Amino acid sequence: MEPPDGKQAPASIYRRYLESGRLGFQRCDACDSAIFYPRVICPVCGGDSLEWQESAGRGKVYATTAVSRRNEEPYNVVLVDLDEGFRMMSRVEGVAAEEVRIGTAVVFEVRREDDEPVAVFVVEGR
Amino acid sequence: MRGRTAVVGVAESDLGEVGPGFTPLDLIGQATSRALNDAGLTKNDVDGLFSASAYYHMPTLSVGEYLGIRPRYSDATSMGGSSFVSHLLHAVAAIEAGLCDVALITYGSTQRSDGGRLVFGSEALPYEAPYKPRYPVSMYALAASRHMHEYGTRREQLAEVAVAARKWARLNPKAFKQDDLTIDDVLAAKMVSTPLGKLDCCLVTDGGGAVILTDANRARDLRKPPVYLLGAGEAHYHRNISQMPDLTTSAASESGPRAYEMAGVSVTDVNVAMLYDAFTINTIMFLEDLGFCGKGEGGDFVSDGRIAPGGDLAVNTNGGGLSYNHPGMYGLLLILEAVRQVRGECDDRQVEGAEVALVHGNGGVLSSQVTAILGSAGTL
Repeated sequence: MEPPDGKQAPASIYRRYLESGRLGFQRCDACDSAIFYPRVICPVCGGDSLEWQESAGRGKVYATTAVSRRNEEPYNVVLVDLDEGFRMMSRVEGVAAEEVRIGTAVVFEVRREDDEPVAVFVVEGR
Repeated sequence: MRGRTAVVGVAESDLGEVGPGFTPLDLIGQATSRALNDAGLTKNDVDGLFSASAYYHMPTLSVGEYLGIRPRYSDATSMGGSSFVSHLLHAVAAIEAGLCDVALITYGSTQRSDGGRLVFGSEALPYEAPYKPRYPVSMYALAASRHMHEYGTRREQLAEVAVAARKWARLNPKAFKQDDLTIDDVLAAKMVSTPLGKLDCCLVTDGGGAVILTDANRARDLRKPPVYLLGAGEAHYHRNISQMPDLTTSAASESGPRAYEMAGVSVTDVNVAMLYDAFTINTIMFLEDLGFCGKGEGGDFVSDGRIAPGGDLAVNTNGGGLSYNHPGMYGLLLILEAVRQVRGECDDRQVEGAEVALVHGNGGVLSSQVTAILGSAGTL
């Protein structure tokens, strides 16, 4: 699919990527930095020409926490460093909350929650 | 700016749990009245007003109205718990520039009496919200997880921070928590967001405070010995934890050197360090980022009681946000203790020869970092 029209809101374009099962991010034309979350100006060099790209969806867990809430099973919240060079918050599914390890290779998937597409990760090779 | 402005009055409001019906402005009123009395000034002397709040959308307007202060300089810089340390720097700049003569910095919160409900006014980032982190503890937990991974920092070392804070609190009659606390207690406490348990987290209390500054010449004619602002520095890189460049190093690594440079002091000159301890990992990271030890050495630095009473470095001598008071935003209360240490008013917890005190404020999720250095007349 062609990168969507740049005149749409960054959040709308990101959502369209997710709706089609893909993880979108931006790359700065001027300095080549990978940028996430989506925006209209490069926070590294200030360039205003950002190109949408599709991530291969592979990355490593950078930080992790198992969150406890009353009357709920603990669940994990992680930061994932994607191979393209950007970082995002997410969760790793299919692993007990406390068993998520920093450095684990993970792969992107999309889930649907409250009618919204949400980017999650699973452990690579499982 | 070094030494040309001084803190001349400080006070807390009633602390802990003040009871139903009291508003944050009531606590601001108590603290301001007491701080003016501490300085020997009246409210009509105040012409610069500084505040931040999770309760009031336009805090200096609400505070000015309640107190009957009509400032000619008003600053509601809002960057979380560090805001008030930032106000210190901004007040010095305003006084230096002739924009005001007497500055009041004040804050109040009734979050405990409101039902222990944390009032943040924080918007969730749409790219983080679906994963339901507990704001703000999960963000600090992520930083702690990374620190443990990279540097081998252990939960026992985080617990040392909480135990040291409690030992100081037991020397401070105003501290909320006074019962004995052991490393095992901290480790056994209910988990909130791994690796941080309940006792790795700050208190949820009511509290407020006020700080009054004026130029050094006028300060010398007032009631208490002036405590001079020697230097200060600010830095911030991010608002949301997913945007923090390196979760083990905060912007304190820049705010600190800026403050030291302006103050003309080095880390070895600091007699008392007041570090914003919303969570146990904060103290460890800030000790590193401010140069008290190398990056990754914070866990060892705090071990074996080294930051507790009688240890190598006096840290958070009021008992900190962990054991003294944490009214939603804690930064103003850091300044109070630093001023009292330099004045020599701290009784059982007084640090001998406290001439130079460092105040380090943190806001958001390890986001805004503001460092200030205060000193006695002998440091000028």
